Amino acid sequence: MLSLSWLLPLAGALLVMFVPNADGRRDGVIRWLSLAAAVATFGVTLAIWCGFDGESAAFQFVERVPWIPAFGIDYFIGVDGISLLLVVLTGFLTPIALLSSWGSIDRKVKEFSIFMLALEAAMIGVFLSLDLFLFYVFWDAMLIPMYFLIGIWGYDQRVYAAVKFMLYTMAGSVLMLIAILGLAYLHSSATGAYSFDLLKLYALDIAPQTQVWFFLAFTLAFAIKVPLFPFHTWLPDAHVQAPTAGSVILAGVLLKMGTYGLLRFSFPLFPEAATYFAPWLAVLAVIGIVYGALVAMVQPDMKKLVAYSSVSHLGFVVLGICAMNVQGVQGAIYQMLAHGVSTGGLFLIVGMLSDRRHTRLISEFGGLKAVVPKLTAAFLIITLASIGLPGLNGFIGEFLILLGAFQWDPRFAVVAGLGVILSAVYMLWMFQRVFYGPVTHAENATLRDLVPREWASVVALCGIALLMGIFPSLFLRPMAASVDALVQRVQTAQTLRVQRTEP
Amino acid sequence: MFNSSFDAVVPMLCVALAALAVMGAEAFRSRGETMPVGGLGIVGLVGAAVSSALLWNRNVISFGVIVADNFALFVTLTLVIVGILTIMFSSPVVKRDGLPKGEYYALILFSVVGMIMMASANDLLVIFIALEIMSIAVYVLTGIRRDDPRATEAAFKYFLLGAFSSAFFLYGIAFTYGLAGTTRLDRIGAFLAAQSMSDNPLILVALGLLLVGFAFKISAVPFHMWTPDAYEGAPAIVTGFMSTGVKAAAFAAFARVFLSAFEPFSGEWAPVIWWIAAATMVLGTVVGVAQSNLKRMLAYSSIAHGGYLLVGLVAANQVGKAAILFYLLAYAVTNLAAFGVIALLGTKDAANDELRDYAGLWHSRPALAGLMTVCLLSLGGLPPTVGFIGKWYIFSAAVGAGYYGLAIIGVLTSVISVFFYLRVVVMMYMSDQPATAVFPPVSTVGMAALVASIVVILALGILPTPVLNFAAESIATIF
Repeated sequence: MLSLSWLLPLAGALLVMFVPNADGRRDGVIRWLSLAAAVATFGVTLAIWCGFDGESAAFQFVERVPWIPAFGIDYFIGVDGISLLLVVLTGFLTPIALLSSWGSIDRKVKEFSIFMLALEAAMIGVFLSLDLFLFYVFWDAMLIPMYFLIGIWGYDQRVYAAVKFMLYTMAGSVLMLIAILGLAYLHSSATGAYSFDLLKLYALDIAPQTQVWFFLAFTLAFAIKVPLFPFHTWLPDAHVQAPTAGSVILAGVLLKMGTYGLLRFSFPLFPEAATYFAPWLAVLAVIGIVYGALVAMVQPDMKKLVAYSSVSHLGFVVLGICAMNVQGVQGAIYQMLAHGVSTGGLFLIVGMLSDRRHTRLISEFGGLKAVVPKLTAAFLIITLASIGLPGLNGFIGEFLILLGAFQWDPRFAVVAGLGVILSAVYMLWMFQRVFYGPVTHAENATLRDLVPREWASVVALCGIALLMGIFPSLFLRPMAASVDALVQRVQTAQTLRVQRTEP
Repeated sequence: MFNSSFDAVVPMLCVALAALAVMGAEAFRSRGETMPVGGLGIVGLVGAAVSSALLWNRNVISFGVIVADNFALFVTLTLVIVGILTIMFSSPVVKRDGLPKGEYYALILFSVVGMIMMASANDLLVIFIALEIMSIAVYVLTGIRRDDPRATEAAFKYFLLGAFSSAFFLYGIAFTYGLAGTTRLDRIGAFLAAQSMSDNPLILVALGLLLVGFAFKISAVPFHMWTPDAYEGAPAIVTGFMSTGVKAAAFAAFARVFLSAFEPFSGEWAPVIWWIAAATMVLGTVVGVAQSNLKRMLAYSSIAHGGYLLVGLVAANQVGKAAILFYLLAYAVTNLAAFGVIALLGTKDAANDELRDYAGLWHSRPALAGLMTVCLLSLGGLPPTVGFIGKWYIFSAAVGAGYYGLAIIGVLTSVISVFFYLRVVVMMYMSDQPATAVFPPVSTVGMAALVASIVVILALGILPTPVLNFAAESIATIF
């Protein structure tokens, strides 16, 4: 069942690969085929959610097959409350991203679809892996399709952005590979056998000094992915240059892999080092919140503005994780989901505008409210969701994170609160300049409003944003038990550390 | 432990007989008659593969100096794969460039004989003879396009430096004989283990001279100077052949000599090889970034890959020894396939091996571009390819032996190397420059070889377990 969720898109990609389409005449078939694969995958992820037992903190739907037995490497996957909804989010956003490409990608549709589906398979694989080797394989394999998506179908500076994305991410992740190998080696010297099994490695007693190094290696990889200030410089390039579908996936899912990694690996594997470094990470997160917001404010390019807003929003997520209490972590996961939906939506609608006008500069627009009222309405909802208006998805996450941060260290919460205000400033200011006022450019007067295909994706996104804002318990319930267990685990180690340092 | 028998030489005998048959066929053919001599070579190589498979786990030794232990057989099988792929890639090239067919295939086969012998030799002098058999054939192959001044220059440089390094190696053998009174590896090992020789400077001189000889052959820094010129000047497929076959054979002998005979002195040589490995990885990748010729770039990349292999040698634990074998196989298939693509795209008049010649290859030759991409990703060590598994195996050996520094240098240089592999991908897929190069039609045999290599690259990248187990089994009997 669980394997199906990543094998299905892969099978779709293989199927598409064998559709002969040298002259581009079967583009339509390929589009429908890949959409069908993605929707079916979404169905599978929903089925997993339905079958998920929210009362239990254990990994569920576990599958384990020996893969490289000599090194204790298994094909070992499972979901818990932390990964479940991220898998569903991936399943949800991929069809939307594919739909968005129907209007904008008109060359090499076949290859585009193959890369999108391969990317989905790898992303789901990252969230499901419970074996560190398997995790790393998916983590690195995911770079390849994303690299091609940015590099082939992106905008003018696409090659630079694609290479930068690839090298930045790899530079971080190879050090994580060394740490993974080190962990397996520690396991072998403790028990006599290599193991990459996450659950066995959780149980390992690692010396504090070693923890520090391994924590830093893991966290660097994740910090680049998040991206945490000052490792964020790849993000504006990659987001701006990527095609709309790529940006949706990048912002919606890829960035969450970083924060997911912190939750799944960095903190529970090395709790003592994590408690030591948490305040420092939080400082970087808070700098990122304010810095991202300030830089977003002055961007002339809508896509770049949304990209920097991601830096700011992901700062909140990291802050929640660093707080390491139930509210903070629940808020962080909630904010991951909410940010996936709302920033995915923002990129989607900016992409629609950019498809119509072939520019993303705010100054080129103005007065669109009268021309494209439906698009305006959708954009308004998503904008408000992104700002964190009560009743929409962004509010719950930010509120819980601030609550958690306040309990931990009020100073962080105060500065982070500033970010909430700033986000309202830059988002609403952008909205005002694009949609209100008179129509200043003649080309804008004739823009087309949403077509049914765009309606479908926009309504889905707005609906989810509302649902997450009104019924947060629907999404919080499945994660509660797992979050409790995680926080418990890290806090126990924290008290152990205190005991160890005070003899 | 070893059973004395004639059987151990059978694999290399098969190849040698095929080579003689090729020569005979060439000598006695009537003018204008063409013979499928490449096919004859493949028959010999398959014979070598079959006989190696039959010798598996039997630990046969012939004449006291040729051993067919699993280590040798694993390398032999790798070399057979290298030989078969080379012949398949060569068939369109030989026809296109008008190379002397009989000589060409005979030289390839004879150098494979030398390589197999080098991997199976249990005596320093036999290693030397094997080295010469292999090298002389490869020198000639490098310059086989006699009308091309670059090829002649490359062959000459390669020959001079190669002869120079052989002299070092021979001098090292002489010192070793002077000390131990024997050139047999097992006896040297026993002698060194029994005596306390650590205060004898002569042993260090012998070690150093042998090290220089091997380092030349595997083009380790600072003995790599000949590599870029020789690799750029030789025909692409010959470059592929020597960057994989020669390196595999030399590494097998290197590992055998240093990990068995000179094992007692690992405290002396390990730190030296640590530095050589680090320098080789760094120089290979950093200089590789600056290249605009694809063959030259892959030459530097092959230097870097030699560095990764040295990491396995430094680690010298069970994982490291098996990792060397696995990495040799992974690297051989991948690198040969990459050079195969270059060879298939060249014409008689234009080598088409500059980076800019690959602009827009995706549009004109989508299949070849895709296959090349898989090769490059495997060379860069990205999953799900065999290159990733190989790197992971090597670095886990280094981490297991506590060489964290070397492992970190290794992974960081492999990120840099990804940068230059991606330059090719960028050219093929993302370049707006108009393609100027004219590519020939791709031959069926060449394409078949390429597809087979890609299948191996991906299959071993996803399910490496059987071959990993083979590699682990191969080292169990000798070290």
